[in-house]
Amino acid sequence: MQALEVHNLRKEFVRRDGRRKRRHVTALRGVSFDVARGECVAILGPNGSGKSTLVRLLATLLLPDGGSARVFGHDAFRETRAVRRLVNRVSVEASFFKKMSAVENLSYAARFYGLRASETREQIPEILKRVGFPADRRDDPMENLSRGMQQKVALARALLTAPVLLLLDEPTTGLDPRSKQEVQRFIEEVRAEHDATVLLCTHDLAEAETLADRVGILDDGNLLCLEPADELKARYGAATLEEAFFAASGHAFENGDGGGDEA
Amino acid sequence: MRAMTLALRHELVGLGGVVERNIYLVKRYIWWDIAFFLWTVANTLTIVFIAKGIPAVGGKIDVSRVTTILLVGAVIWAYLGIIFEILTETVAWERWEGTIEYTFMAPLSRPVHLFGMGAFAVAYGIVRAVLLFGVVAAFFTLHVPKADYVAALVLLVVASISFIGIGMMTAVLPLISPEKGTQLGFVAQGVLLVVSGVYYPVSVLPGWMQALAKISPATYALRGCRNAILEGAGITDLWRDIWPLLVIGAVSVPLGLWVFQTGERYAKKHGKLKRSG
Repeated sequence: MQALEVHNLRKEFVRRDGRRKRRHVTALRGVSFDVARGECVAILGPNGSGKSTLVRLLATLLLPDGGSARVFGHDAFRETRAVRRLVNRVSVEASFFKKMSAVENLSYAARFYGLRASETREQIPEILKRVGFPADRRDDPMENLSRGMQQKVALARALLTAPVLLLLDEPTTGLDPRSKQEVQRFIEEVRAEHDATVLLCTHDLAEAETLADRVGILDDGNLLCLEPADELKARYGAATLEEAFFAASGHAFENGDGGGDEA
Repeated sequence: MRAMTLALRHELVGLGGVVERNIYLVKRYIWWDIAFFLWTVANTLTIVFIAKGIPAVGGKIDVSRVTTILLVGAVIWAYLGIIFEILTETVAWERWEGTIEYTFMAPLSRPVHLFGMGAFAVAYGIVRAVLLFGVVAAFFTLHVPKADYVAALVLLVVASISFIGIGMMTAVLPLISPEKGTQLGFVAQGVLLVVSGVYYPVSVLPGWMQALAKISPATYALRGCRNAILEGAGITDLWRDIWPLLVIGAVSVPLGLWVFQTGERYAKKHGKLKRSG
């Protein structure tokens, strides 16, 4: 059984321009791919390419217009409870109750996954220590923490629930180089130690090449290819992933640091 | 059997998590809560002083009785406001904080999620309502020798089931319309109270409003609480208000869940289940 089976997934949004005009925005145009258990697959694409839509569909936050997705054999759109137990996510925005502390945010979130206070009392400090979060800042409100620290807490939140499929949507966007390296190192560690399957959506070419077994290029809602980075470069006769992207899509890779795009 | 026990345990832990989160929020926003409570006290006083003001301008009323009628109306208005506010926060506050996607992708069933919010709202609302009643009552000489406060409290708890059901319906509004949803929730709360005789008997309302009053749980909550405090009506005497509340609750809770889940499906279809609307 594959960890993830995505078949012909399609999604379109309707956006209002002004009071009456409606605009159809196609985010995914029949995307298909599989991810094996324990594999790390990176989906590479510029802002607006459909990465976030793909992650939000797999996280059960969207319903598709067509196609299917199965997570460890469970239909992602019909068996949402089963899928939610297996999946967690780290996105570009850390997303916490800002006045609450890291421990408080992790504590209530763990309950939503059925973890009791007696289980998390020791787990939370341990996991925060593992992600390199300073012990003396555990009770500080999240709003007083740096972006890098907040993202470490986001990683801790995802790992606390022991997900077998980790969805990472630009997890290092906006981080300083040191925090970025720490987060990337931790993702590798989690994969090695917890046998987690990782789907990493990013516009960071180096990150995709460093962390992923296979790299896919998503452009304007189309998954153009998905193969190991070396094979991808060889196929297009490219020296770098950026060149491979140009060869595959016909246009330059527009890197942005905004993140959180609708598509 | 074991699987069912585990699933039930999982849901109960999740429900505890919803309550736990709200307790943290009250703790972290305690000064905001105190300020809001003081504002509610001031607001309630402006209403209840009307009873003393009428004789001062030549009117003839039983000041103590009218004071109590207004006080019960204002306290229930405040209580209902808290229930609606907390349930509406299920979506609105989470969207503002940016946590909405993480909460809605957690393996917590929606009924348990909403009941957790409802349970916290009732507990928190009752504490606030009792404090408000006590503080405002201290400004007046209430003459309520027969008052059965326990019966009034029981009635309020029974009414809360219906309030939660209606609150679930309004909670989904910010999910469907991020810009107008919260305000529409306030409109629903206002309509509910205006037809329910919050500061006046329902009989003074136009016929069509009286018809609406019959299906509003606030009508029975207000009438029952006033009877318990003014006339000393016990739980048995309050049955004529309790049974309609139970019937409305039995209809409004499943209906509220259905409305919320339908709204959630709509939001997932149209990409509205996200932090920025």
